[in-house]
Amino acid sequence: MSETLILSKRWGKPDSASLASYRADGGYGALDKAMGADPAAIVDEVKKSNLRGRGGAGFATGLKWTFLPKDVRPRYLTVNADESEPGTFKDRYIIEHDPHMLIEGIALTCYALDIHLAYIYIRGEFARQARILEQAIQEARDAGILGPRLLGKKDFPLDIHVHRGAGAYICGEESALLESLEGKKGYPRLKPPFPAVVGLWGKPTIINNVETIANVPWIVANGGEAFAALGVGKSGGTRLFGVSGHVNRPGVYEKPVHYNLKKLIMEDAGGIVGGRKLKAVIPGGSSAPVLAAHEIDISLEFDAVKAAGSMSGSGGVIVFDESVCLVRALARIAKFYAEESCGQCTPCREGTSWMEGILEKIEHGHATAADVEKLEQVAGNIAGNTICALGDAAAMPVQSFLKKFKPEFLRHVEAHRCPMGESGWGLDQSSREALVGAVRY
Amino acid sequence: MTNPASVGAVEELPREKVEHFDRELAGILNRYPPDRKAAAMIPALRLGQEIFGYLSPAVQRLAAQRLGTSPARAEEVATFYVMFHTEPPGRHVVEVCTNVSCCLTGGERVFEHLKKKLELANGQTTRDGRITLREVECLGSCGTAPAMLVDEEMHERLTIQKVDQIVGGLK
Repeated sequence: MSETLILSKRWGKPDSASLASYRADGGYGALDKAMGADPAAIVDEVKKSNLRGRGGAGFATGLKWTFLPKDVRPRYLTVNADESEPGTFKDRYIIEHDPHMLIEGIALTCYALDIHLAYIYIRGEFARQARILEQAIQEARDAGILGPRLLGKKDFPLDIHVHRGAGAYICGEESALLESLEGKKGYPRLKPPFPAVVGLWGKPTIINNVETIANVPWIVANGGEAFAALGVGKSGGTRLFGVSGHVNRPGVYEKPVHYNLKKLIMEDAGGIVGGRKLKAVIPGGSSAPVLAAHEIDISLEFDAVKAAGSMSGSGGVIVFDESVCLVRALARIAKFYAEESCGQCTPCREGTSWMEGILEKIEHGHATAADVEKLEQVAGNIAGNTICALGDAAAMPVQSFLKKFKPEFLRHVEAHRCPMGESGWGLDQSSREALVGAVRY
Repeated sequence: MTNPASVGAVEELPREKVEHFDRELAGILNRYPPDRKAAAMIPALRLGQEIFGYLSPAVQRLAAQRLGTSPARAEEVATFYVMFHTEPPGRHVVEVCTNVSCCLTGGERVFEHLKKKLELANGQTTRDGRITLREVECLGSCGTAPAMLVDEEMHERLTIQKVDQIVGGLK
């Protein structure tokens, strides 16, 4: 198994976020190398690398870049740092530990695509991370890396700005992000046209996730083929997987894109807390369909997880041990989507609250078997019927929990209460207390 | 008796604070093309909230006026995003994540503890105006859960003891 680290190799070094430290480790070398070559060569290398979007959709990055119309200017780059999918906490580590890697990736992407203005859209709650980015960008300006001449060498003006959101999950959806960046509420746009054609202020705009862009310097320095070789098939490179919930060592792990999910949980993350048994895993952020304990011996590569009936999404792996009530967990997930639905499309606005209500009823033992059926029906009527993917994201967990754990739902109905007890998060009071203090990595 | 037509007028706002707002806003506007000032609505409202305490109709109007857009646009943004307060919050805002990964490590227990201790329901403010308590969605701290924000500063790997220390220290 390859031990190559691309994104996390500098994490934990003293002062790793500073320009001096980044440069001492060869930082901005890829940009320097690119200055001597044709910008189109960068696009070619990214295509060869099989880099796929790390925000959740897994779309081929190089292909996305080719959707820009040839003759329309200005073009914009927007980096999606809205990291809000429950279970996802990786981009903030890149920003906290290695912001110049992201800035170099932005500079290379802008140079490759003839873009002179880039925005990093960061979620409002990441105030500290926004300050780190602003400071790093200022350092890069002061050093002449950004500004009128790229790296002080080429007449290629480039500036990067941080635009901080104010609390709305929907703004991670790329067209809602653009609306928010234009100073409006985050209502997703109808697509097509896609942002690459009609984006920020009506101009062609590339939107990529933080982790996606942070890979670009390595690809330029080492070549697209070397990146592709780290992965498998049409997925190249490594990924940051975030493991949370009932494991002994929660945290972010950089592994090849096709790393084994079971190994990640049982070995890297130290297995299940308290020696308890595994019950279920959500492999790619809370929108991803749940996997039962016996289904996790799979590759985490996008297509492989899809073949297993779920999605690798944002790489956020949430682990539930046997003491969790999955009705309680699903009710909380449903509440999240009800809270975060922007309200533009009726099936999502009404359906998400309806699902939350039914799930609360089931959890508290007030539901009938007909309610469980209705829940399934509501989910089916949201999926595929909304402008953006939030509707599907809300429906998928419900559909998958019901498919895989329906007897647990029916036990609530029959017993007129939650069989797991008061809290529903399962743990008895003493183990809960122990757990609150015990989780470390 | 207030004349309804003048409710939310920019003139109601203290002049010094408006000048402060204008000075800071000038720096923010450098980030956007000169013909796209309205893009600065979120940062302008955040600035307004910092300076005036909350986003009253007058503050919303001020932001809209300075960005050359309508008060409706300011209201749309002020009411859509959860970090904006259109009513005065307490001196400190404590926001506890109760999403899945946090609850798996005790987040719900943290929130219940604070509700009991402060005698507040979700979204309420203590009578002395010291603390507003809110339940919030995933803060991106799942690997270091449970987590909460206190005045926009993140606190992670919470224990009840740690929570008491942090919240007890708020003046």
